[in-house]
Amino acid sequence: MPHMLSRRTLAMGLGGLAVAALGRGAAAQRSWEPNRPVQFIVPAGTGGGADQMARVIQGIVSKHSLMRQPMVVVNKAGGAGAEGFLEAKGARGNPHLLVITLSNIFTTPMATGVPFSWRDLTPISMMALDEFILWVNAQSPWQTTAEFIAAAKASRLRMGGTGSKQEDQIITAAITRATGAQFNYVPFRGGGEVAVQLVGRHIDSTVNNPIEAVTHWRSGALRPLCVFDSQRLSGTEKMTETMAWRDIPTAKESGLDVEYLMLRGIMGAPGITPAQVAFYVDLLGKVRETPEWRELMAQGAFNTTTMTGDAFRAWLEREETRHRTLMQEAGFLAGQS
Amino acid sequence: MEELGLLMQGFSVALQPENMMLMMVGIILGVLIGVLPGLGGANGIAILLPLTFAMSPVSAVIMLSCIYWGALFGGAITSILFNIPGEPWSVATTFDGYPMAQQGRAGEALTAAFTSSFVGAFVAVVMITFVAPIVAQFALRFGPPEFFAVMFLSFAAFVGMGRGSPVKTLMAMMLGFLLAAVGMDAMTGQLRMTFGQTEMIRGFDFLVAVIGLFGISEILSSIEDGLRFKGHKAKIDMKVVLRTWLELPRHWAIGIRSALVGCWMGITPAGATPASFMSYGIARRMSKHGKDFGKGRVEGVIAPETAAHAAGTSALLPMLTLGVPGSPTAAVLLGGLIMWGLQPGPMLFVEQKDFVWGLIASMYLGNIAGLLIVLVAVPWFAAILRVPFSIIAAIILVVCAIGAFTVNNAEFDIVLMLIFGIIGYVLKKLEYPLAPLVLALVLGDRTEEAFRQSLLVSEGDLTVFFHGWLSGSIMAAGIALLAWPLLTAIWPRRARPAAA
Amino acid sequence: MTMQHIGGRDMPRAVQAPDGAAAGAATAEAFVPERRAVAGVSVRTMEIATSLCFAAAGAAAIWDSARLGAGWGADGPQSGYFPFWIGLLLVLAAAANLLPLARAARARGEDSGGPDAPAMFLTWEQARTVATVFIPTTIYVAAIPFTGIYVASAVLVAWFMARLGEFSVWRAVPSGIATALVAFVVFEIWFLVALPKGPLEEFLGY
Repeated sequence: MPHMLSRRTLAMGLGGLAVAALGRGAAAQRSWEPNRPVQFIVPAGTGGGADQMARVIQGIVSKHSLMRQPMVVVNKAGGAGAEGFLEAKGARGNPHLLVITLSNIFTTPMATGVPFSWRDLTPISMMALDEFILWVNAQSPWQTTAEFIAAAKASRLRMGGTGSKQEDQIITAAITRATGAQFNYVPFRGGGEVAVQLVGRHIDSTVNNPIEAVTHWRSGALRPLCVFDSQRLSGTEKMTETMAWRDIPTAKESGLDVEYLMLRGIMGAPGITPAQVAFYVDLLGKVRETPEWRELMAQGAFNTTTMTGDAFRAWLEREETRHRTLMQEAGFLAGQS
Repeated sequence: MEELGLLMQGFSVALQPENMMLMMVGIILGVLIGVLPGLGGANGIAILLPLTFAMSPVSAVIMLSCIYWGALFGGAITSILFNIPGEPWSVATTFDGYPMAQQGRAGEALTAAFTSSFVGAFVAVVMITFVAPIVAQFALRFGPPEFFAVMFLSFAAFVGMGRGSPVKTLMAMMLGFLLAAVGMDAMTGQLRMTFGQTEMIRGFDFLVAVIGLFGISEILSSIEDGLRFKGHKAKIDMKVVLRTWLELPRHWAIGIRSALVGCWMGITPAGATPASFMSYGIARRMSKHGKDFGKGRVEGVIAPETAAHAAGTSALLPMLTLGVPGSPTAAVLLGGLIMWGLQPGPMLFVEQKDFVWGLIASMYLGNIAGLLIVLVAVPWFAAILRVPFSIIAAIILVVCAIGAFTVNNAEFDIVLMLIFGIIGYVLKKLEYPLAPLVLALVLGDRTEEAFRQSLLVSEGDLTVFFHGWLSGSIMAAGIALLAWPLLTAIWPRRARPAAA
Repeated sequence: MTMQHIGGRDMPRAVQAPDGAAAGAATAEAFVPERRAVAGVSVRTMEIATSLCFAAAGAAAIWDSARLGAGWGADGPQSGYFPFWIGLLLVLAAAANLLPLARAARARGEDSGGPDAPAMFLTWEQARTVATVFIPTTIYVAAIPFTGIYVASAVLVAWFMARLGEFSVWRAVPSGIATALVAFVVFEIWFLVALPKGPLEEFLGY
């Protein structure tokens, strides 16, 4: 337990300091390994999806002793994550710094004009993709996506979401573009809050992540209409009496041509060496092998696509262009409105 | 009663020696975290979360929630002793707690704070035990208009009764609102009043401002006439606890009222900070000695502490039953539940009975254990005041700097803290009231957000706040509270001639 | 950022305050408890300076809000709406606060030479005491980005103990180091919270 500081642990700590200082020069070459605590920046607040994932990774790394040095999670949420990314961008060549990215690596610089992009960082590994589902209240009359869209065309519906000019609003704008249905987008602080607003019928629909709304689905308060992925979710276990994740149709099947997945990836500071990247790629690979990670993936019905290296870069390139188009069409770019 | 049976089962889980030990560890760590300003309950729990990976969910949540209780208790300590709120919700405690300490009544203030915290928590836990499902349904009624109404009520309860110049009150409050607006506008994602500076994107964090405005400025103003803290140093022993206890039952009405305010604010979920302000405001309004508030009345400690602890505890209820966190700390615990493979929300009470009732039982036990631990330590805490100035002042400065940094992990916040210290020093000497500034700074953002969300929901219809019976009646109560000083000003003038 | 001026400028400005002439008398009469002829910054000077700062903050808000759009859109207020009106209120309130001060100044100008000493915000005597704490604190805050928080804290604690308290250097320096070590163990090792670190920690491999 951390509270029980005895003279011995203090002495050990100091001893460790000295050893670390001495051993620093020797272990540098070839297979690189961190020789001091690794800062893990979360460009979002405590308690959100990115923060949870970062802390799960931190927990897994320490529980399974995957790394000799500890991992320290640091939240830098200011300016929709701009602060965290700027810090990582400024730490050129520092191998002891990781940052977990979500869609705000694309949306924040575009929406605010704060100068950074994924190119300013070193992409290490895509850990997973987060799904988005169109939810409505179970008491609402809309059973299918088509009915919902028809209703939205007849009169503006209220769509709740997390944050402004970020993924939730981008999806909303994309639906509008694909169908012509208008929405009143109402931004809230977090996914949990959005889900509860929907249960309380203060809004008509949301595009929550699965993990944010699953409990209300199971209790019979919410109804999923479609998932914004090219294929159905993989979970086959029954979540309600009649449905499993797999039974939710994709948007495309339902006649709504919108696709959106959110990146959950890890990046490093700019200018770190290939050996350093290789270490983290290997480390994160080991993390994904653990039962705890699988549990998290199953709980949140994540899309477990992973990528590293050039494939990841190409993906980032593509997504950046796509976000730019989506945001431009919606009028979300900085200085546009 | 089904609940009682389940609760007993919960006690048997919580009373396992291993869990009892974790409870103690949690409380002590929590008090430590609560004492350090900046490193609040939310950060503390987030930091320790990965450690709990290896534990069973019940043990983990017991330890983490006990950190939370400990932080709730601990927040009061520095507020009373040094005028530095360890946690946002203990700002209101400084208003009367610190003057009490200056009068040599630190022990009394600490005892009152801890005891009323306990009472608040106890009322909230009893409520959670027996009426959880009903209360959860109530929380669902809160949409943006209701939220705005609650914020409005908080302001109404607190404003319009301050001493000193109304112009200065207005200026202080407007400055608070202005500072709250700096940074990213959550509704449109635009940057406001950052003037192109990246350091400004973060905005002004409430805690950083408060550490400066209250803590640093207090050190500066207290040394004007010599290098020591103002105030008497009374001899403090355990008897002070008993003496205070004999006095506390007299304030039962305030206690109950504040606990109810707290429970309500915790569930809605507006959180502990507005609860403490609102409860302080109401206590001052209702008291015959309203004018003496702020000069060291024990009611001024009881009201905010009871409400804050009641709100902090009941904030866990919407988290457990709805999956919506009632406070930042609850938000982190929520993340914890998901990490341990539990799904917070309506199904939790049905599927994870052991976990839920173990947690509820630990709320009872944890608060009792917490109360005992902090009460025993009262003389020690109060003895800190006897440490020579040259040592304690330097340590306070260091702790404040660390605290300001840890809020957002930003070095610039330490500079801001110092600037706020100077602002606080100047404003206090010129008799600007700081409370409205702080209130506006802490609630300004959320109030504006709720207002604009409401208008989005209603498509720009301003009467939305009076559409629902709930928001309508809260707004009406707020307007009545605002009008109260006017009414009482007119009333005696009319009444007196009639009586004579 | 406008706020900074409040602290940064008032000291030098106050030096030119009209009551500077009484400075010599102050030392002679220092033992007379307050009243009369005590030199320092007057409350009036500070009131005016503070109100001007408030007004400046308000004006900055108005200017920035006008840029963002301070109107009332179809679905409620725009981003700049609230800051605009708050800024305006702040400017007006500051003006309202200045008005009686200005009036009083004119009245006094006509009377001229009344013996009433202005109320003191801070006497030089007090300012000197405050400075003994304030200046080291400012240096401490300024040093953190360069030395890290631990080294700076150790120096601050040692300095306070040795200079402001009656502790010998032999007790002050170890106390300072001990404070920094405790903080280091608590934050970096137990809680895994990274605080600002400098070259010393870098050298030690942290």
